[in-house]
Amino acid sequence: MIKKFLKTYLLTELFKGMGLTFKVLFTPKITLRYPEEKTPLSPRFRALHALRRYPNGEERCIGCKLCEAVCPALAITIDVQEREDKTRRTTRYDIDLTKCIFCGFCEEACPVDAIVETSLHEYHGETKGDLFYTKEMLLAIGDKYEPIIAKNRELDRKYR
Amino acid sequence: MVTSIFFYLFATILILSALRVITAKNPVHAVLFLVLTFVTSSCLWLMLDVEFLALSLILVYVGAVMVLFLFVVMMLDIDTETIRSGFWKNFPLALLLGVVILTEMVIVLITKPIVITGSVAPVDTSVSNGVALGWLMYTQYSYPVELASMVLLLGLVVAVALTLRKTNKNGKYQNISQQVNTESKGRVKMVNMKPVIARSLTIDEGDSK
Amino acid sequence: MNSIAQTLQHLLGDTLGWALWKLLLVIAIVVPLTIFVAYVTFAERKILGYMHARLGANRVGPKGLLQPFADLLKFVFKELLTPTKTSTGIFYIAPLIILACALLVWAVIPFNATTVFANVNASLLFVVAISSLGIYGIILAGWSGNSKYSFLGGVRATAQMISYELAMGFALVGVLMVSGSLNLGEIVKAQSSGILGGSILSWNWIPLFPFFLVYIISGVAETNRAPFDVCEGESEIVAGFFVEYSGTSFALFMLAEYVNMITISTMAALMFLGGWLSPLPKSWGFVGNESFVWLLLKVCILLFGFIWYRATFPRYRYDQIMRLGWKVFLPITLIWIFVLGAWMVSPLSIWQ
Repeated sequence: MIKKFLKTYLLTELFKGMGLTFKVLFTPKITLRYPEEKTPLSPRFRALHALRRYPNGEERCIGCKLCEAVCPALAITIDVQEREDKTRRTTRYDIDLTKCIFCGFCEEACPVDAIVETSLHEYHGETKGDLFYTKEMLLAIGDKYEPIIAKNRELDRKYR
Repeated sequence: MVTSIFFYLFATILILSALRVITAKNPVHAVLFLVLTFVTSSCLWLMLDVEFLALSLILVYVGAVMVLFLFVVMMLDIDTETIRSGFWKNFPLALLLGVVILTEMVIVLITKPIVITGSVAPVDTSVSNGVALGWLMYTQYSYPVELASMVLLLGLVVAVALTLRKTNKNGKYQNISQQVNTESKGRVKMVNMKPVIARSLTIDEGDSK
Repeated sequence: MNSIAQTLQHLLGDTLGWALWKLLLVIAIVVPLTIFVAYVTFAERKILGYMHARLGANRVGPKGLLQPFADLLKFVFKELLTPTKTSTGIFYIAPLIILACALLVWAVIPFNATTVFANVNASLLFVVAISSLGIYGIILAGWSGNSKYSFLGGVRATAQMISYELAMGFALVGVLMVSGSLNLGEIVKAQSSGILGGSILSWNWIPLFPFFLVYIISGVAETNRAPFDVCEGESEIVAGFFVEYSGTSFALFMLAEYVNMITISTMAALMFLGGWLSPLPKSWGFVGNESFVWLLLKVCILLFGFIWYRATFPRYRYDQIMRLGWKVFLPITLIWIFVLGAWMVSPLSIWQ
């Protein structure tokens, strides 16, 4: 009884709690100062899409439409036509990134590793149309970041 | 000169706001004008160097009583239309009362010029207003003060007693002291459970083999 | 100082010069106070962040030091929204009332033994009276917001502030009893002497320790700060009484809240921690002398306490707050007043 009274009126529990927060005040902080410091990304990180090419410059995509079929968000639209050299190529390959849920199924479905998700997550669009990526844009991303894409896929190869 | 300017300023505000108390359409505005009346009258008292009384007025009336008034008025949701509907019915009586009060005041003011008879208590300027007041209250007027405080205490107790409702058997009440004083000991029971081998699972496995 | 006043009176005539001089003094108090408030908000964000094991504001300016001004700019450039069907006048006057009451208190608060804007005899009473007027701002803000949330917030805040004003008032009565004056300067002076020779041990906080605790805790409740911030409890009633306010009028509420915090801390420092008196012996030269710096230091420590409680304690439930005010603090202070009275007339009294 007296012990309880003392415990209540000497505010022991409150001071205990305050002691804890005071201790935390001096602990090292784990916050990252984002634009300067970045968390390491896994090679499997799924962000912006890209269409890849073979080393000889030929685009990989053969227009099989597996990615379009597997896409759960219906974000991919593909039109296919035969090229002059009798190969099957896409005339249109659009990804609406506002629909995309970045599940990575397109990447998994692709038999020729044409559509991939890169680890580039720092992109933005200022109007709605900005996030509608056409074939040219996706190929341009693929061309620009091919070294990174190739490296990430190489790192991840043994787990596939 | 400055003093009289301030006096007339405060007096004007006082009278205008007192008028607005009874003419304001919105009851909340009326209460706010009453607050303004109190504050300006306290300012007038401050000009008379009775700062203790002036501040007590603000503290007690403005700080506590009027807040409760404001509460009540805000909660009541007064319908001004129904109140005003009986205006003409009650008007003759109100007019009569008003005229009576006015004539009384006029008679008092006209017939007998106000002369303060008897000696004015000497003002001791060496001690502050509050000290002087306290000195008088607890020496010369200690019994009246005690009596007044007893009456106030009685009023307080009665107010509590009147508003205290009988505990409803079916009502749900919370005992806060009990809630605050709970400890993990009374609430959490540590159970020492031995790990149990899931028999059915092993049997299923045996069957599949 | 006086020469400036004389020059002004010489140039502009007695009355106008005097008025201008007083206006300058007001600016000299309010502007540093506002800047102090700005940095208290910044300190709060920083300390709160550090106590949550994160960094807090660190983007604007070196180490984030310009953050309060960025906040201010953001507030100023936001749109002022008025709810429909509200008393617009009251809606915009309410934050002004709160801020005016918060700032008016500073007219009588002394900064050291000689510097005070108005040396009123009953300055303690003035502080209590004026801070009780601040309630009007809150209740009117809650009412004129024309929203159930803001009205509930206003009602909660008002009931809470009235309840805790009692406990606070009784704590002040204890201080009055031992110092025998309503003047804040006199109260500090009374602490500089005594049976323990005016050292840190003779300050009011040791003999009046229960009052000190009650004052600090009710001060937190009085300023509606965590853990007693149910009136803005964002998990229940969005943001309480200022839910309908935006832009600068919201900034005024923030400003008033922090000014009130500083006022409560300053009052606690003056009444219980010896104000500008130094805790060090007189013979130590500068640090042993009484000075404004000591007052500032004590205020900062108490303000740190405000932020510390916010980081530590979870929010109280409303009925528990009321119970604490009425059933715990009020009896404690009343009993201690009787104990103190008996102590003062007994031969053991240390206030002869």
